Amino acid sequence: MSTEWPLWEIFIRSQHGLAHKHVGSLHAPDAEMAVKNARDVYTRRNEGVSIWAMKSADIAASSPADRDVLFEPAASKVYRHPTFFPMPEEVKHL
Amino acid sequence: MNEPLFEYLLRLGDNDVVLAQRLGEWIGHGPVLEEDIALANVGLDLLGQGRMWLTYAGEVEGRGRGEDELAFLRDGSAFRNAQLVEMPNGDFAATMARQFYFDHAHLLLLRSLCKSSDARIAEIAAKAAREVTYHAERSADWVIRLGDGTDESHARMQKAIDRLWPYTGEFFAADAVELDLIERGIAADARALREPWLAAIHLVLDEATLTRPAGEWMQGSPNRGGKQGVHTEHLGHLLTEMQFLQRAYPGAAW
Repeated sequence: MSTEWPLWEIFIRSQHGLAHKHVGSLHAPDAEMAVKNARDVYTRRNEGVSIWAMKSADIAASSPADRDVLFEPAASKVYRHPTFFPMPEEVKHL
Repeated sequence: MNEPLFEYLLRLGDNDVVLAQRLGEWIGHGPVLEEDIALANVGLDLLGQGRMWLTYAGEVEGRGRGEDELAFLRDGSAFRNAQLVEMPNGDFAATMARQFYFDHAHLLLLRSLCKSSDARIAEIAAKAAREVTYHAERSADWVIRLGDGTDESHARMQKAIDRLWPYTGEFFAADAVELDLIERGIAADARALREPWLAAIHLVLDEATLTRPAGEWMQGSPNRGGKQGVHTEHLGHLLTEMQFLQRAYPGAAW
């Protein structure tokens, strides 16, 4: 239905210093109300210190059908993982 | 007992409790999920504030009544809320117009009470003012969006603004109860809040392309309104639902 409010993706930063994390989506007539709605829907239990809202329609997403083309080539390249370095005994928490 | 202080605290607390009940009626009926939650949030904020005022009122009264007895076991004529907050929800525009008028008066009142000579009042007001700052922003946003929206939303918003206008006078009148407390620096001088309130709501109404209501006649004046226990027929129906459980099962707890 074209009269429905647009969908917004909501990102919340839970603490200063951490990155904003996607928490879900909601409907709102405009950006300002999207932030207010996000405050009411997603921060009722002290979840955040900062809110980002962006129109879902503005997100460019990869297609699931392209999965093999995009991600399969990385599967056979174990040398891209830093797992081939000998670790000194003393280093315990790396 | 300090009678004027008790009365004044009931006025503060009853506004919150009655409006919270009205907002609660929206739960499950909001126009969209987001708004449903937002209305409930505002209602819960007000309920929390109402509890603090009524708890204090009970202590001042000194007859062993707590927040629950005051909220659930008082009859309508003993309620001291302004008539505006007992007005039925109507459509979403009517709910928002009521909220808009109330929030801005409420915010000015609380800010003034932050300077009360009664430390307990100042403390509750400071905590509540933070919540109400958000309420006032939100209801103003809606008045602007509906007023400056479609032809239908504009017409409905204007109608609600005009219809509820005569119920706003009570917020800016002071009777003997308040004059006594104002003198002692305990109560806010409601008369001084009218000009800043008008300035605040005119700003929003203009942006919303709505016509400023200008009627002089006000419900419940002089000094025969909700603050003095004179209510519209709507309060009784509201209390019937709100108080049902404690009336039917006295002392029920869970």
